[in-house]
Order: sequence, then structure tokens, then C-alpha cells
Amino acid sequence: MTPSPFNDASLSWDQAGPERLYVITGGRGASGRRADVDLITLVVARTAARPEMQPEHASILRMCHSPLSMAEISAYLKLPFSAVAVLVSDLLRDSYVEVRSAVRTDRVRNPELLKAVMYGLQRL
Amino acid sequence: MDFRGSEFASGPAREDALPASAATAVKIVIVGGFGVGKTTLVGSVSEIRPLTTEETMTEVSVGVDDVRGIEQKTATTVAMDFGRISINKHLVLYLFGTPGQQRFWFLWAGLFEGALGAVVLVDTRRLEASFDVIGRLEDGGVPFIVAVNVFPDAPTYPLDEVRSALDLPAAIPIVACDARSRASSRDTLLALMRYLYRLSTQSAAPVAASAATE
Repeated sequence: MTPSPFNDASLSWDQAGPERLYVITGGRGASGRRADVDLITLVVARTAARPEMQPEHASILRMCHSPLSMAEISAYLKLPFSAVAVLVSDLLRDSYVEVRSAVRTDRVRNPELLKAVMYGLQRL
Repeated sequence: MDFRGSEFASGPAREDALPASAATAVKIVIVGGFGVGKTTLVGSVSEIRPLTTEETMTEVSVGVDDVRGIEQKTATTVAMDFGRISINKHLVLYLFGTPGQQRFWFLWAGLFEGALGAVVLVDTRRLEASFDVIGRLEDGGVPFIVAVNVFPDAPTYPLDEVRSALDLPAAIPIVACDARSRASSRDTLLALMRYLYRLSTQSAAPVAASAATE
């Protein structure tokens, strides 16, 4: 299989080999993951990281003192999105984080929303 | 400063943090072949240095080249570069640069779900690479525009010629774009947004009209 064309990805994949991913997520695949988190779900910590926590959980809590998308968490942790989804689902279950969900699919055609994005881009 | 977690990721630099008021995120997908300038475009308008997220999938593939079709497990990793633009205090726009291959879209199921729309970035030297992408977006009902990335060493064609070469319906906008330029990349996104806005008001109009006649 051809590796990704992007420079850093194969490196991080080597670091996060299947075994490490298995350990980090406790061997859980999609079963440990909430369906409502996607790439642009914003995650915000509700509590501070504690020393006894799994390091990846603690890292997420530290970086999410401001809202941060799942995609960004995945990038900073150098972990695949699906692994981050399991980790964030753990934190959600324990109410250590809250999530601000993406605009629902049926609302992305909302003219007011589209206008807001347009105004924002015009100011760039 | 707390360095205990420094062997793990430290997260965004202070200036890259979103305001606490950020409540909603939307996304636009930039689709195109390898080397067409997706990441350049994202980087031109993004408020953060483009980041890379990845997804992995273990798939069982029957070896085509192997004798007697021996089953093999392959771990596929696909990476995707993305950037971010804060639209206002509450709304954040993410831009994902996405390769055009089918394998990739299968892996990132849901990438286009909930997307505002897509920009198909094309290189006039490799137009054929865009046929598949355009067809799949049409099939998936994802609204998109086409942006022709202007490479200094590539021949330039009138946009009408590119349109007919791509067999692009007249309703779908096509624009020229210099992905290295912030202004040009922003204008490309604005062209998509204007198109999406037009679609949103058009689709609302017939409903309003029928309601009025009742």
C-alpha cells in the first residue's frame, strides 16, 4: 500500500505503530467511540489533568483548556483520528470534557450561516 | 510552565488557541490530485500553520499479484492537511485538503458529511485526474466549484475551454486561482460561498412560492 504523500505522516505512523495504538485505546475500536464526534467537533476541558491519568488523556485535557477541534488534537498527539475519538469518548463519559458539535448536516444550507462565513472571509 | 507532559504533545501555541467563545465549527473540503496545490491553498489563508491528521484502517486484501489469492492484512494510513480560519468569536471554519482517490474517501467516510461544500483544485496539465472527483461529488450531492490553479510553467487556457474539457455544467462556477496568494485563495473560497449562498436561497424560493399559493 502506498504511504501517504505527506511528509510527516509515515514518520508518526511508525511511532504510533499498531501495538501502541492498541495499548492507548485499550484495544477498543469503534465500540469505544461515540458516534457524534467528528473531525471538527470542538473539545473543551472541564477539569485539569491529574498525574494518575493515562498520559494521552492528560495531554488532551491540557491542550483543550481552550476549545480545540478533534482534527487538531489528532495532529498534535500524532495519533489517528479514530484513536483520538476513543480517548475523547472516555473523557466525555467521565465528564472531564465537553464537546461543541459541528453544525448539523441539515443546517449547513442555512443562508444566515453561509452569509456569516462570507463576511468572515471578506475580512481576511 | 508545566513540562511534565512534554514527552507527549504540547498542543497549540498560545497564539493559536481559539477563544473560549468558539462554539461552532464548519468545514470546506479542498479536493485535488497530488501536487495540485491543496496544502498551499490551505496554508495561504489559514491562521495556523497547516497541520496533518491521519486515519488508519486495517483491511483484508486479496493479493492480486500473489499466487492463489492469498489474503493479506494491510494497515492503510492516509494523511490529510488542514487549516483554520476564525470567522467570528463563535464560528470557526476548517479547510481540509483531500486527495481525490476513492480509497481515501472510503477511509474518511463522513468527511463530506456536514461540509459546506468543496473546491476542486485542478492543474491544466493533468485535467483527467479531476474527472473522477467531479463525478463523485455530483453523485454524493456535495456542492462544489472548480478552481484552476495557475502554475507559472503551465500553459494557461481560457476558463471556458477548461470547463468544456471537464464537461462541467454551466451552473457550476469555475475560477482561476493562484494558491500561493492569500488574496486569490480567499477569493476562491468566496466564490464557493457565493455559489452556496445562491443555492441556499434558490432552494428556499420554490418552497416559499408554493406556500404563498396555498
